[in-house]
Amino acid sequence: MASELKANKVHEPLFHLAKRDNMPRHKALLIRIASIAVGFVFICVFAFLIVGWNPADILSTMLDGSFGTPNRRWDLFEKTAILLCISVAVTPAFRMRFWNIGAEGQTLISCLAAASCMKLIGTRVPNPLLLLIMLGAAVLAGAIWAVIPAIFKAFWNTNETLFTLMMNYVATQVTSYFVYIWSVPRGSGHVGVINSDSRAGWIVSGQYPYLLNILIVIVMTITTYIYLNYCKQGYEISVVGESENTARYIGINVKIVIIRTMLISGALCGLAGFLIVAGADHTIIANSVGGQGFTAIMVSWLGKFNPLIMSFFAFLLSFLGKGAKEITTLTGLDSAFADIITGFVIFCIIGCEFFIHYSIRFRRKEDKA
Amino acid sequence: MSEPTAASVSETQASVTDNTPVIPAIELRNITKTFGDVVANSGINLSVYRGEILSILGENGSGKTTLMNMISGIYYPDNGHILINGEEVMIRSPKDAFRYRIGMIHQHFKLIDVFTATENIVLGLNDGKYDLDAYEKRVREICDRYGFLLDPRKKIYDMSVSEKQTVEIIKVLFRGADILILDEPTAVLTPQETTRLFDVLRNMKKDGKSIIIITHKLHEVLSLSDRVSVLCKGRYIGTVKTAETNESQLTEMMVGEKVDLNIHRSEPVNTEVRLKVEGLNCKNPDGIPVLKDVSFEAKCGEILGIAGIAGSGQRELLEAIAGLQKLDSGAITYIHPDDGGTEDLRNKSPKQIRELGVRLSFVPEDRLGMGLVGNMGIIDNMMLRSYRKGHGLFLNRSTPSSLAEQIISELQVVTPNAKTPVRRLSGGNVQKVLVGREIAAAPTVLMAAYPVRGLDINSSYLIYNLLNEQKEKGVSVIFVGEDLDVLIELCDRIMVLSSGQVSGIVDPKATPTRANTMKEEIGLLMTSKVANPSENHKEEQHG
Repeated sequence: MASELKANKVHEPLFHLAKRDNMPRHKALLIRIASIAVGFVFICVFAFLIVGWNPADILSTMLDGSFGTPNRRWDLFEKTAILLCISVAVTPAFRMRFWNIGAEGQTLISCLAAASCMKLIGTRVPNPLLLLIMLGAAVLAGAIWAVIPAIFKAFWNTNETLFTLMMNYVATQVTSYFVYIWSVPRGSGHVGVINSDSRAGWIVSGQYPYLLNILIVIVMTITTYIYLNYCKQGYEISVVGESENTARYIGINVKIVIIRTMLISGALCGLAGFLIVAGADHTIIANSVGGQGFTAIMVSWLGKFNPLIMSFFAFLLSFLGKGAKEITTLTGLDSAFADIITGFVIFCIIGCEFFIHYSIRFRRKEDKA
Repeated sequence: MSEPTAASVSETQASVTDNTPVIPAIELRNITKTFGDVVANSGINLSVYRGEILSILGENGSGKTTLMNMISGIYYPDNGHILINGEEVMIRSPKDAFRYRIGMIHQHFKLIDVFTATENIVLGLNDGKYDLDAYEKRVREICDRYGFLLDPRKKIYDMSVSEKQTVEIIKVLFRGADILILDEPTAVLTPQETTRLFDVLRNMKKDGKSIIIITHKLHEVLSLSDRVSVLCKGRYIGTVKTAETNESQLTEMMVGEKVDLNIHRSEPVNTEVRLKVEGLNCKNPDGIPVLKDVSFEAKCGEILGIAGIAGSGQRELLEAIAGLQKLDSGAITYIHPDDGGTEDLRNKSPKQIRELGVRLSFVPEDRLGMGLVGNMGIIDNMMLRSYRKGHGLFLNRSTPSSLAEQIISELQVVTPNAKTPVRRLSGGNVQKVLVGREIAAAPTVLMAAYPVRGLDINSSYLIYNLLNEQKEKGVSVIFVGEDLDVLIELCDRIMVLSSGQVSGIVDPKATPTRANTMKEEIGLLMTSKVANPSENHKEEQHG
């Protein structure tokens, strides 16, 4: 045994990790900003290897793709607004630790609801009334889509993640069916722009496209922030999320809170669906939401469930998406390139949390003596 | 008073070295470990010899477990040296620790329920063959050698806590451990089981094993160990011979100041029944009965203690009264102090109970999982009780924040500010926040489950005083405790639960002659099988 001991003696770990709990806020913020910068360095290196451009070209192309013309700027802000809207929508549920990954389906089904009002009612009522009907239908559809898994969770403790995910597929299939029926010629898969002549059910913001969309989302973000942090119901959501036992202990009816919160979450997704159809696309396809329901989950997490911080990340991700798209258009790469570029930055942002929570200590020389 | 100074402490150590083998089985030199800004251990020196029992004494948070985790390979020290039989070693993993014949018995057992004792003991051994009969024989040999009582073929799920602990100890002995570390081994045992464990440990000591036991119970230290090393706030205070010390000296070393260890108990005045519980029955989610025909009365102006082995139905009983546990049968009646009107609390939700005007406060066992929200600050935790007050959609944070400030200053809660998440506070401060909030609701019934678990001595006494204060104000206090000495000193009556049944109610304010046997008596009640509860009650009244 003695020889065994000696053999073991020389090896000392090169470094070890130690948890740290109280990094000052400004320092943590600096690390996070630096991580985004590191992400851009990765992008430059990667793009250089793939397309052979120098970093300055890459960055200027990305900026140009997002800000180059007024249309691009409006488009960027509109994309940010929709992404932010869905991100804020999923947040009440997340604060309750209800892992709703069904925002995609909830938004899509409300797109469908809004589009069908647009198509079926059309010019038969005045435009403002039509918009209200569309909004109501979209909100109702989103809320119903969200409350079904909530009821099952509250009463039979089913797994909300699987349930909401499955609801996405149902929404996609239902939408595909209607797209098939409405498409011209039938079966072509293209509904085309609805009411392109009368513009019935379109949100028109005068000379500034999308301005109204953006304003609505800003108001909704701030309202949700206040609701979550300063209202009794928002407080109940946090308590249920942190500990159901504590909630029961102080007499909160956990079932009601789960159902109520998912109704709100789904209704806000409905608002996003309404904005997509009435405010931007004026049509419906099975891919109307385009995966933003999933991106929103990430935005909500990156923003630590705070709607105000989320607006920054929604903007960053929209910018990366548009910038990368510009590079792919110019070079003829496929859209996977854009995903990879976004992936780099997100990887760095999430990875930096490690350095905020842990410190790496190298063994000091004097210990070895 | 001849209190030993630092100098005499080191003398003691030297004298031990004279009459024991010169080379310690394990020696720690200048061990330091920090977690972020928190210094868990700083410059600790310890040594244990063969055939010796060393107690590591210190309050919660003094760094005992951290230190032992470094010996058993779970943590790695930032600084310092560990020597085994005089040779410096690096212990980087529990596997390394086993190689050096160090075995640790953790507070929380790590056993597989559906396996037998032997299967658990040999689990993970990698010696090529799997001969259960041979293993079983060796397990029996170990049992006989040290006096363990264990059936090697019994499944873990059929075992009592003390049997599970036995399996854990045999597990490390089976692997050839010469140095055994036991982390708070008596916390879950009855007095009788503790005595048996100590006998076994003494047998091991005779066999030449080195035993380190981590504890904060003074009388155990004095009755079992040869030497005591005391830690205080991560620092090494000193080592004394058990034979040359006493409770008050050890307390002073442990706390850093003189502490009055007596609990004041006033005579109950104007007692009348406040809460009447009759024939409670309830089952846990698996359908197993956890409360069986429990009946008792709680009176205002007195502290009713509830004793029992952990998991005997204490939690369910309090939760049933608080409206958190569904009942199968039975009645819970609350009698209003003003007009003597009664309310039936059975199967009412906590909210409904409050709306009836019943001021029931409850300090649950699981402080951060039930009583408080760990990620919220003190202010938001104060709000748990009061946020519904007032109309309108918005929260009122001003009343809770003045209550928070009041509790911080009155109970001396150590916290950076009132918004710091309470999970960052130490156990004692968390409990002050919880008890403070519950008392601030001006209760007529105050239930507290294990309110001093994990608290340092000063915080514990603060809690005892708060409970006494409430009792003197005419509150009916129900106190679930685990330390029988404290229960006997603090309570006016003690109800003992055994497997969900009331096995007896004793009066701790008895004559001194009886006080000596009181602990023994309660210990027996804790494990007794109740054949006929009513008979037991009669016996009690005669006694």
